[in-house]
Amino acid sequence: MAQAKSQFGYRRHPDQDRPGQDPAEHAVVVVGAGPVGLSLAIDLAQRGQRVVLLDDADRIGEGSRAICFSKRSLEYWDRLGVADRMVAKGVVWSVGRIFHGESQLYQFNLLPEDGHKRPAFINLQQYYAEAYLVDRIGDLPDIDLRWRNKVTALEQRNDSVALTIETPEGAYRLHAQYVIACDGARSSLRQMVGAEFAGQVFEDQFLIADVKMTAEFPTERWFWFDPPFHAGRSALLHRQPDDVWRIDLQLNRYADPVVEKKPENVRPRIARMLGHDKFEFEWISLYKFQCRRMDRFIHGRVIFAGDSAHQVSPFGARGANSGLEDAENLSWKLDRVLRGASPASLLESYHAERSMAADENIRESTRSTDFMAPNSHQEARLRKAVLSLAKETEFGKRMVNGGRLSVPCSYESPLSSPDADAWRGGPSPGCSMLDAPVAEQAYLTDAFRKGGTDFALLSFSNGAVIDPPDGVKDIRIGGEGGLADPSGLVAKRYDAEPGTAYLLRPDGYVAARFRNPTREAIAAALSRAQGLN
Amino acid sequence: MPLSTSSNFARPDDAFRAVVEAHRGLTDEQSADFDAALVLILANHIGDIDVLREAIGLAKRRMIDGQQQQQQQ
Repeated sequence: MAQAKSQFGYRRHPDQDRPGQDPAEHAVVVVGAGPVGLSLAIDLAQRGQRVVLLDDADRIGEGSRAICFSKRSLEYWDRLGVADRMVAKGVVWSVGRIFHGESQLYQFNLLPEDGHKRPAFINLQQYYAEAYLVDRIGDLPDIDLRWRNKVTALEQRNDSVALTIETPEGAYRLHAQYVIACDGARSSLRQMVGAEFAGQVFEDQFLIADVKMTAEFPTERWFWFDPPFHAGRSALLHRQPDDVWRIDLQLNRYADPVVEKKPENVRPRIARMLGHDKFEFEWISLYKFQCRRMDRFIHGRVIFAGDSAHQVSPFGARGANSGLEDAENLSWKLDRVLRGASPASLLESYHAERSMAADENIRESTRSTDFMAPNSHQEARLRKAVLSLAKETEFGKRMVNGGRLSVPCSYESPLSSPDADAWRGGPSPGCSMLDAPVAEQAYLTDAFRKGGTDFALLSFSNGAVIDPPDGVKDIRIGGEGGLADPSGLVAKRYDAEPGTAYLLRPDGYVAARFRNPTREAIAAALSRAQGLN
Repeated sequence: MPLSTSSNFARPDDAFRAVVEAHRGLTDEQSADFDAALVLILANHIGDIDVLREAIGLAKRRMIDGQQQQQQQ
């Protein structure tokens, strides 16, 4: 069963030889080499920051864990130089089906339109994602990745954080201007800053089994309410690479985890579902979940990202994906603050935007969980009504909640400049940029990524050139030397006319948009988005 | 558009009667199932979350008033 897929060695670092009263000083220490910490470290290094990345283990890959990575995450990983490998290995999907009993209630397509570089989702075991990110770190000498380095104490000082780190060769100390805690749901750094992590605990238990088999099921997400093989409860089937299938079965709240986890007890359940027992177990896990978040994502100079800051139920693929959105939101801001280009108060917008996203993710995943595991007779009755109405009405189908899958949050943000012009469509300030083709096999997200990700001005030519302010990348559609819009989708998705312009943040969010802007209007929106006024 | 609480049926008795008759012959359990479906169908027809919330508020307020009256008796 579960084996480590990659093993890394502990190596002594010269920082460990420094006397305790004169520890090494670093700009950024990231704690936790999971998908979030690894991505954040790569992003910061690509922006020219030196990063120390600590992890208390020396291996990755015990269990598949997160498996669904969203389009948004893949676009981020494109900027980090790892998406091609993820997509090549991953299983691409966009269709889900919902069944009730033996019959299909409906199917949905998460990306029904063409003209996007990346698919709605890929399924990829978390250990592959982590291994590819670790490989990428090998290309970046500015990241100092230290395995078996466990933070055991933390002291906030005026201008830095003092960390005590335990290693196989004893403890040492470090000072960091900022510490980013990406150390997961059971974050020890969260305890060290004394933060609460309260929320809702769901009593129902779920059994995850990843099984290896060759099967003819299509590459789709299948979700059942009350299936014939698992009466009265829900089930999920989802494909991963290497002929591995994720199976998720709802158990009752009184099930004994030790008994239920035994392979000899799991096997008959799965065999009933598949109609055969020609499979091997890769991983079995039994869990209850919680939906909760920290009150404040920033504690002095310690900043929390990913599961350490917020936790959701797994239905909706909102865990790892929201953690990656945290990383992309934080890294450009932290980089600007460390370079002295923006005041430290810019970091406050990380808390504002990402705690709002966490609330949305918690709300969505709580609703899905409540629908799957009703809390009262009346809730069960309402669910029954929805499921029966879904057979013959469209509105009933849309009310069936078998997990609402992760899409980027829209921020109500102090960094956004409100619209001053009239718009009939397109992403409004605080929304994520939309992809579209700019040539055969080339996309707007590629143009955005090229030349490093700083702010960019996406403009639609009207003959006159809109010069972006200093340091802002110029992405021009049409006109002399501009990019093409072969399918017309760029203009359509951005509700663009000649003279339209969008100011894009380094994380690909819209800061402001204009019809025929003046230089002053663009400069003012840029200052605001950089936290300068 | 706010929740309408003026009388909208030309023949209100017919409307009340239609709902009453739909419950005839049902057990309490079946009636509750029926009501759940009816509420969702009507809510979707209204299709306005503010009106729905107002309607829920009105129905809830009635229940709280009812409880207080019971406690006073």
